[in-house]
Parts: sequence; structure tokens; C-alpha cells
Amino acid sequence: MRNNGILRVVARFLIPLIMLFALYIQFHGEYSPGGGFQAGVVFAAAWILFALIYGLDSALDVIPERAMYVLMLVGVLIYCAVGIAGVVLGGHFLDYRPLLDNPQYAQQFGIVTVELGIGITVATVTMLFFTMFVQRKADSDALEEHD
Amino acid sequence: MRSRDLFTAVMLFAIYSLLSAALFAVLDAGDVALTEAAVGAGISTILMLAVLALVPRKEAEAPRPNWPALTVVILTGAVLIYATLDFPEFGNPDNPVQTHVGPYYVQETYNDMGIPNMVAAVLASYRSIDTMGEGFVILTAGLAVYALLGTRRRKPRIAPKKSRSGSLEKKAADR
Repeated sequence: MRNNGILRVVARFLIPLIMLFALYIQFHGEYSPGGGFQAGVVFAAAWILFALIYGLDSALDVIPERAMYVLMLVGVLIYCAVGIAGVVLGGHFLDYRPLLDNPQYAQQFGIVTVELGIGITVATVTMLFFTMFVQRKADSDALEEHD
Repeated sequence: MRSRDLFTAVMLFAIYSLLSAALFAVLDAGDVALTEAAVGAGISTILMLAVLALVPRKEAEAPRPNWPALTVVILTGAVLIYATLDFPEFGNPDNPVQTHVGPYYVQETYNDMGIPNMVAAVLASYRSIDTMGEGFVILTAGLAVYALLGTRRRKPRIAPKKSRSGSLEKKAADR
């Protein structure tokens, strides 16, 4: 697959567009369909396409496995941090109104931030799934060669 | 439609998901359509193909039908269909789903938050604890896959001999 010129050219053209679209549905999710969940999956899809065309090792150079472990926790921690910030500033858990003076802006800030957290977690977990399965395949192939 | 070829099954599943996404889009449920297209048709297919690379391509042939399982499935299906008879009339404005908190979301989202997408408002603000739970579900799924597949099977340090003891050593090293 790596030596197929058409695939390489089309992928090189498409991957940035897919990533841009992921960011669009991430940060425009309050106005148009979308949100963290979809954006995370689409972003991970772009990375997986890169991995399919250029190989998993190059893809892991871009986003290392260790970064995935960290980021998937960072995502849910961002979510929890927003929730706890509401408590600290005098509201309920995940109450966004205390965060900013204007209640509408506070709600928007809260929504964008928690969606970002969800997006990071979903994207990295999806990449991790793919990495795990591919490495498992590579390992079992390597073991078979030994026999 | 029946196929023992798992690759065919995965492809049919992807097509089914894409058609569902189109159906949701026709029903004006943009968020659901986007999710179905991205998750159902996109990532699920890729992950199932990744699994197919690890397992045989053909489904194992069952020697005879599994009668107890078939009975359970038919009974459950019959009970579920019977339960649908008690559903409120489809699309009736007096249904509980239209009279509970739904009208509040429809009328007040813009006043409360100043954003037009009610789905985002419900998911990330009115029902944000649910969404946090979803985030933890995803995280747990990631941890579960890591627990199952993350332990790399190292190659044996000593090159195994082409003998029985060699393969035994290798199996011990794998663990």
C-alpha cells in the first residue's frame, strides 16, 4: 500500500483536510452538528490514515504511544477540572455559571472546555486501539517467523 | 443475508452504518448522523478490520443449530415486540418525551447559553455529568484494551533452536 502513488498523493492531500474538519467540528460544535466525540474520532481517523499509508512507526513518531496514555487521562482530567472549578467558585459540580461573570459566556466556556476534554480522550483512545491491534499483529507475525 | 466470510460481514456492517447515518441526516438529526458516520461506519470498521488481521477470515462452521440459544433469542425478541405495543403513539405531541424537560431545552437553550445547537447544550451543559460518564467509559475501554493487548510479547533473547526445547523456551519467554 505504501508504494501506491495514487494513495500517497490522495492521502497527503486529504489528511490535513480531515484534521482541519475535525478541529472545525470540535470548536464549532455549539453552532453546527458536532462535538468532542465526533471530532476526536475524525482526528484519530486522519492519524490512522497516515499510519496506513506511511506505516505505524512514522505515525508513532508524530504521536508517540506514551503521549496517548498521558493525553487520554488529560482529557477526562480537563472535564473533571471544569467540574471542580465550578464547585470551588461557589456552584454545583459541573455548574459553569460561576466560571465567568456573564452567564451565557460562562456556559459557552464550560461547553467548549469539556468538549475539548472529551475530544482529546476519544482521539487518543481510538489511536491507542489501533496501535495496540497493529502491534499485536506485528508481534504474532514476528513470533511465527521464529518458528 | 448470511455470510461466513468475516470480511464481507464487516463491509456489510459498514454499509449498514453509513445507510443509518444517511437516515439520521434525512431525519434532521445532524449530530447523530455525524456520530454514526464517524464512529459506526468509520472507526468501528477500521478496528474490526484490525481484529480480522489477527483472526481467521472465515467463521467456524457450527455442527448444528444451538437450540437453547435460538429459543432464548426468539423469546426475548417476542417479549420486546410485545413491549412495543405499550409505546405511546409515534409523534404524538402529548407523549412524555415531548412534555417533560424537552420543551424547556427547546425554549430556553438560547437564553441560557446563547448557542443555537441544543444537542451540544444538552450534552455538555444540562446533562454534563452523563457526558463525563461517557468520557470515563471511553477511558475505561482504552485501559481494558491496554490490559489485554498492551503487554508486548517480546522476542526471546536467545535465538531459539529449531527444536522442541527451543520452542518451549520461547513460550516461557512469551509469558
